[in-house]
Amino acid sequence: MKRMLDVIYETVAVADAEIRKLLRDPTEMFSRAVQPVLWLAIFGQVFSQIRGIPTGNLRYLDYMTPGILAQSILFSAIFYGIAIIWERDLGIVHKLLVTPAHRSALVLGKAVAAGMRGLVQAVVVYLVAIALQVDIRWEIWPMLTVAAAVFLGSCIFSTFSLVIACIVKTRERFMGIGQLLTMPLFFASNAIYPLDLMPAWLKTIAIFNPLTYLVDALRGAMISGGQSVYADTTSFGVMLMVFAVLLTLASRLYPGLAR
Amino acid sequence: MAENAAISTIDLSKRFDRFTALDRLNLSVAPGLIFGLLGPNGAGKSTTIKILTTLLDASSGSATVAGFDIAADPVEVRRRIGYVPQLLSADGTLTATENLNLSARLRGLRGEKRAVRVSEALAFAGVNDVARKLVRTYSGGMIRRLEIAQATLHYPEVLFLDEPTIGLDPVARRSVWERLQQLQRDKGMTILITTHDMEEADILCDELAILHQGRLAAKGNPDELKKQVGPNATMEEVFAHFSGAAIDWGGNYRDLRESRNTMQRLG
Repeated sequence: MKRMLDVIYETVAVADAEIRKLLRDPTEMFSRAVQPVLWLAIFGQVFSQIRGIPTGNLRYLDYMTPGILAQSILFSAIFYGIAIIWERDLGIVHKLLVTPAHRSALVLGKAVAAGMRGLVQAVVVYLVAIALQVDIRWEIWPMLTVAAAVFLGSCIFSTFSLVIACIVKTRERFMGIGQLLTMPLFFASNAIYPLDLMPAWLKTIAIFNPLTYLVDALRGAMISGGQSVYADTTSFGVMLMVFAVLLTLASRLYPGLAR
Repeated sequence: MAENAAISTIDLSKRFDRFTALDRLNLSVAPGLIFGLLGPNGAGKSTTIKILTTLLDASSGSATVAGFDIAADPVEVRRRIGYVPQLLSADGTLTATENLNLSARLRGLRGEKRAVRVSEALAFAGVNDVARKLVRTYSGGMIRRLEIAQATLHYPEVLFLDEPTIGLDPVARRSVWERLQQLQRDKGMTILITTHDMEEADILCDELAILHQGRLAAKGNPDELKKQVGPNATMEEVFAHFSGAAIDWGGNYRDLRESRNTMQRLG
């Protein structure tokens, strides 16, 4: 019990410092909001006219909005590792690792901060969606589901990013790998087209892609008439499991950054 | 291992593939001393500190810090040490108070105790007036003092500093020395520093060890070492004699990059 309380205390300490930094310099967060605006306002509007992708009774713009929210979270969180490499180059990582704090708390604190950042991004995407007259669900429970999914999705992809950072250790290598991973993760998911439209090999990849479960949970909870393929328990179960695996891996790899 | 030593190593070695960074180091540091680890770049000073602070695993040999084995009880070691890396590790995007609060919380200091220690640390670092300004606006000397305050919030038994005065001007360097002597005097702290600065080694350190190519080349207090080299020998001559090198000899790309990064950040 004491160990768990210590981990929570330490996690909050790290997350608090990270959130302060984020609030102090929100420019990056807002610059990242540009991308979802472009996807929704241009790609979404155009594809809504074409009606080339079957989305049932949903307008294509409504269909893709949860996917763009998930994309915004993915693209932002996946570059979290750059900050970790920067902290390594500054010696901040060394200083943290010499404290008796649990390694899992150091990693979890950063994930929680990324989760909070994800929630702010979600607000931005909601504002854009409202402006484009996307039919949003405003009931409490679905909104809480969206918040939970956004938070968990941000935790997953930021921790994934941290794992990559721990392996590659330099900014140059990280940028290359980050670019290499984001687009395949995005396109091998149900973000902008349904799973049923995919060829079998892509569908298989999509089923193992955590972004698919994030988008699926968002689609059911965010949009009026939106339907999830998987039950929320499945989507959240998969996401929690992926996060637990990544957290364990990151906690083991993180001390290696100081070597 | 030496009874009651603050730091003790037995045949401590570190190999990176075929390169031996540290070769069977045997060292004993008595409590309450300021101990200087000298050597050219690449001699194994930073590797020694990283092993003793549990950041790096030794390839063979053993060591205790504050009475705890670094391999068997790394968390107990971490509870009892402070560390100031060569790189400027204070977070420039946080204020001094925020930096100190983060360290205090990760060191398990809570409530009133944390508030008192943070307040003490701000006074110790001499940054009370600018405590709510971002650290990136501070001078190099202020940052170093803050880092020492940050590393000693929990009153560690042993404080490690990796080239703490590199890149500092003479006034800032003196202010760092004064803080270290204050910690030794008031808290009885054992302090291990690595340095290239022979004046620092001579004036500040009670005892010195000179490393050369990962091995212990000499150990003793500054006066003893000077006598071993010859009458009227300077510390520079002692260094050259035992390390067989000029002070700026050697070093790898990473050592040099880290030193330059630190100096660049210090302006």
